Amino acid sequence: MSDNEPFQSGIASDSSEAVGASKPIDYERLFRDYLLDGAYDEMRAPDGSIRPHYKALIESMASLPPDELLRRKQSADLSFLTQGITFTVYGRDEGTERIFPYDMLPRLIAADEWDRIERGLTQRILALNLFLRDVYNDAKILKDGVIPRELVYSCKHYRRQMCGLEVPRNVYIAIVGSDLLRLRTGEFVVLEDNLRVPSGVSYMLTNRRVMKRTFPQLFHSYGVQPIEHYPQLLLNTLRSLAPEGRPEPNIVLLTPGVYNSAYFEHTYLARQMGIDLVEGRDLVTHDNIVYMRTTDGLKRVDVIYRRVDDDFSDPLVFRKDSGLGCAGLFNAYRAGNVTVTNAFGTGLADDKAMYAYVPDIIKYYLDEDPIINNVKTYLLTDPASRQHVLANLEHLVVKAVGESGGYGMLIGPHSTAQQREEFARAIEANPRNYIAQPTLDFSRAPCLFGSQVEPRHVDLRPYILFGDKVNIVPGGLTRVALERGSLVVNSSQGGGSKDTWILE
Amino acid sequence: MLSRVADSLYWMSRYLERAENTVRQLDVTMSLLLDTSDTTAETRWNHLLTSLGNPEGVEWNGDMDAMARMLVFDGTLHASVTTCLNAARENARQVREEISTEQWQRLNRLYHQIHSPQAQAQFRSNVNDFLASVVDGIHLFKGVSDTTMIHGEGWQFIRLGRHLERAYSTATLLEVYQETLFAVSDDEDAGYQYLELVGILRCCTSFEAYCQVYTADLSPDKILEFILLNRDFPHALRYSIDGVRQSLEAIQQAGGRRLPDELMVTAGKLYAKLRFTSIEEILEGDPGAFLHSIREQCIQIHELIYKYYIHYSIQSALAV
Repeated sequence: MSDNEPFQSGIASDSSEAVGASKPIDYERLFRDYLLDGAYDEMRAPDGSIRPHYKALIESMASLPPDELLRRKQSADLSFLTQGITFTVYGRDEGTERIFPYDMLPRLIAADEWDRIERGLTQRILALNLFLRDVYNDAKILKDGVIPRELVYSCKHYRRQMCGLEVPRNVYIAIVGSDLLRLRTGEFVVLEDNLRVPSGVSYMLTNRRVMKRTFPQLFHSYGVQPIEHYPQLLLNTLRSLAPEGRPEPNIVLLTPGVYNSAYFEHTYLARQMGIDLVEGRDLVTHDNIVYMRTTDGLKRVDVIYRRVDDDFSDPLVFRKDSGLGCAGLFNAYRAGNVTVTNAFGTGLADDKAMYAYVPDIIKYYLDEDPIINNVKTYLLTDPASRQHVLANLEHLVVKAVGESGGYGMLIGPHSTAQQREEFARAIEANPRNYIAQPTLDFSRAPCLFGSQVEPRHVDLRPYILFGDKVNIVPGGLTRVALERGSLVVNSSQGGGSKDTWILE
Repeated sequence: MLSRVADSLYWMSRYLERAENTVRQLDVTMSLLLDTSDTTAETRWNHLLTSLGNPEGVEWNGDMDAMARMLVFDGTLHASVTTCLNAARENARQVREEISTEQWQRLNRLYHQIHSPQAQAQFRSNVNDFLASVVDGIHLFKGVSDTTMIHGEGWQFIRLGRHLERAYSTATLLEVYQETLFAVSDDEDAGYQYLELVGILRCCTSFEAYCQVYTADLSPDKILEFILLNRDFPHALRYSIDGVRQSLEAIQQAGGRRLPDELMVTAGKLYAKLRFTSIEEILEGDPGAFLHSIREQCIQIHELIYKYYIHYSIQSALAV
């Protein structure tokens, strides 16, 4: 009888999921293709043994017959479909909707590790917020020569219009999703601060819902910290930023509309918070007050959770050809009659070249050392660094500073000589536009493929809210590079996601 | 409620009602053509097309099957069932957060059904079954709308769209067929006459309901009375206009704003006309003109809904 012979289906019952079943564990069946390499493995120590907090998960998987795993996978798939958690694949006459790829095995993070992440991100957000306030007001950090002026003024996300503007509670970045990686040493580092319109939080929430339904007992026995209150926290954050004298603020979510790839998330969050989902065409401004058109006449808007980029938000101030925003919005904002969050111009602080200065920014404003470190970054405006980078392109990753979503990137070890030449030329032509980083060997977590467990590279995006204070729900979106050996986790390029369990 | 959202709900509902109406009338026409009466296929099709508002791009071409397929599947045709369902789904997608998951799923399933690669083959193998399954899908959608959605303002806009569309299309249908209705002569075969009259009733799913009220004794006067003036039958004009009126009242109450009476007066007048006119009075006058004026008033109501709820001017709204 081969290993793959399915068990009789009668055996499968919920009790077979119970942790610590006394059956001997057939690791071989699960781990035939699980090879360790230099990267940190979330589940296995370098000697191949299972890390303690992963034991119960693996035992429970091994005790489930393969066809039972398959059945649960199918029921989870169905659950995603019926909840309408899909994204649209374009290219055919009519877009087809697919479910967002996900993996069934949760990623586990121990409480003490999470604690450090939480402290580190809080520190980082506070410092970056102080930085934005400073740059758009007194610019002390520039006067003190900590950050070169030209780096600020040449940033394409710098918004001159924000200078001298009071923002409510001095909060520029209320909603953030930072990308973390875990290095070889097991240490978490920040790869990117997404300070403009971070997305993906709806997947974090729906992944959790499906996992709870798929592995109820396992979930219970692990004692996972809850994340379900995120929409409520978000609503409270938005409410806390309402303009003075508006005790019952009208809060709305501004979406670019149905053709935006994150439209599902916009509708999901609006529904979960019970607020209106508006498009630019629903809004009008008059005497610096923003209104929305309702069947009951014009209704004043107090807080806008903005999911439209700066450029498209107000054709009078930013791009004139935008039909997605609301003419006059910026002036109403400037007058303090409406809160827009995140504020405009926050992209200045997540510019990939500015990123290299974040440790200095933390030191400058908080007089602390960073709790979570950066990835080593070469600024190509510096001649010595540039020379080093150009000589070592095949070992490095080069990124355009203003891009996101995995675009405008050169991954040295996977590149051709021609691509390297093109990038070298582009760097020489405009060094400010690029940075370089070492190729990262980031961590891998176990993922389920059929009835086999294989390792795949993962990152982690926790979601940070900042209103009265900094709030981080314990968890985040773990993105997975589903292709074997791939380092790209972006959903637009073959990535998926998995639930993240922060243990108590 | 956002005006854009109300607009989408209203149109989602109107398009579904329109699709249902088209399917039902097509079904009746196809089955009447099975019998060899004197009425030619061309006459029947022209009646059908007139009653669907003479849709652009469709003309009788002698090939019934091709005509029927076009009216169901041709996505480039404004009046086709496919176009109506696409438009309903697109409107629903725009307000995904306002409707229930069940509604969205039902509508989605219907959409995928008519777009599935097997749809044309199913249509060819049994037209009746196929058309019936589309109507089923629409009925299921209405059912989940009524059971899974808060009966608030959004639901009232759905109901408003459904009743206004139905009233308009029923009035159009009667206007087209009323001449046929009374042109039935004595020398024609009683069997064919009967089929004609049943056909008109079936276009409004009213045959069984009619029989409950008047027995199977079919007469043109009674048919007209039933479809126009019955209080309790959902496809009767009076019932539809009553629904329009009730929804408009509920919508006005949901907002605190005092609106000019224009809209309520127009809807109220139309309702009063159907409530207090007897069939004898209508028949003594000009039934065609009567039906035509009903259609005009429906159009007027639609325009007033837009004027006060959807496309009002900013100046007028700020002045309040």
